[in-house]
Amino acid sequence: MNQLTADFFTLFALPSAFRISPAALEERYLALQREAHPDRFAGADEKTRRLSVQLAARINEGYQTLKQPLSRALYLLQHLGCDAGLTDSSALPAEFLLEQMECREAVARASGNAPGLQRILESLGRDLENCYETLGRLLDDKQDYPAAADLAQRLMFLEKLRHDADEAMFDLQDGNRKSD
Amino acid sequence: MSYSAKVIDHYENPRNVGSFDKDDADVGTGMVGQPTCGDVMKLQIKVGKDGIIEDARFKTYGCGSAIASSSLVTEWVKGKTVEEAMTIRNTQIAEELALPPVKIHCSVLAEDAIKAAVADYRKKHGENQGE
Repeated sequence: MNQLTADFFTLFALPSAFRISPAALEERYLALQREAHPDRFAGADEKTRRLSVQLAARINEGYQTLKQPLSRALYLLQHLGCDAGLTDSSALPAEFLLEQMECREAVARASGNAPGLQRILESLGRDLENCYETLGRLLDDKQDYPAAADLAQRLMFLEKLRHDADEAMFDLQDGNRKSD
Repeated sequence: MSYSAKVIDHYENPRNVGSFDKDDADVGTGMVGQPTCGDVMKLQIKVGKDGIIEDARFKTYGCGSAIASSSLVTEWVKGKTVEEAMTIRNTQIAEELALPPVKIHCSVLAEDAIKAAVADYRKKHGENQGE
C-alpha cells in the first residue's frame, strides 16, 4: 500500500498540473474507492484492515483537494515546493483588501434581497472563472509560480465572498420556505 | 470549539464598530486580511494634536474571534499614544480573550491591523510635515 505515501496526483494517476480532466478524476476516484473499500478487507488481519481504512481516508482527502480548483492550485504549489504565503496578513495591498471589504458590505446590504444577491453571485462567478483561467495559464503554461501564489491568495478572499453570498441566498430561500 | 465568555461579549456587543473618513489627516487606517480564512479587518485611529489616540473604529468580516480581537483593540488603544499602541502584542489579546490555539491567528491579525493603522497615520503625518 505505497498509495498511502504517494502524492495526490500520483495516487489519482493524473499529471501534476492545474488543468486536469474532471472526468478522469471522477473515474479514478470511483475505481480507487472500490479497491480500498473497508468491506473488502472484512476478513483480513487487523493491520491490513487498519491500512485500508487509512487509504480510504487518503483517497477521499485527495479527491476533495483535487476537485476544487483553488485547493488543487494550492496543493500543486506546495507539491512544487512553493509557499503560497497564506498566513501572511500583510502580503496583499490595502486597495485590494478595501475592495474586498466593500464587496462584503454589498453582500450584507443585499441580504434579504434575492435579485441583488443573484446579481452579485453572477458577477462574482464570472470574475472567479476568469481568475481560474489565468491561474491555469500561470501554473501550466508560464510556470510563473510567484504570480500564481499571489492570485491564489486573492482567490481565498473571493471564494470566501462567494461562500458568504451563497449562504445569504440559502438563508433567504430557507426563510421563504418556512413562511410558505 | 466553544468561545470564551469575553469573546462572546465582544461578538454580541462589539465596541466601536464603524468608520472614520480615511482621508482625514488625523485618521490612520489599517487594512489587513488573512488569506487562510478570507477574513478582512479595517481598524482606524483618530489621533489628537498631542499624539494621543482619541477614538478608534473597526469593521471586520470574519469569525467571532476576529471580531472580538479587533473590538478589544479599539478599546485598548483609546487614550494611548501611537507609540504605546505599537507595543500591543497579539499574545496579550489572545490571553485577554482566552483564545484557543487554532484562533491565535485572529489576534495576530488585530495586532497587524493596529500597526498598519499607525503606519498609515505616520505616513500622512510625515507627508504633512514635509509640505
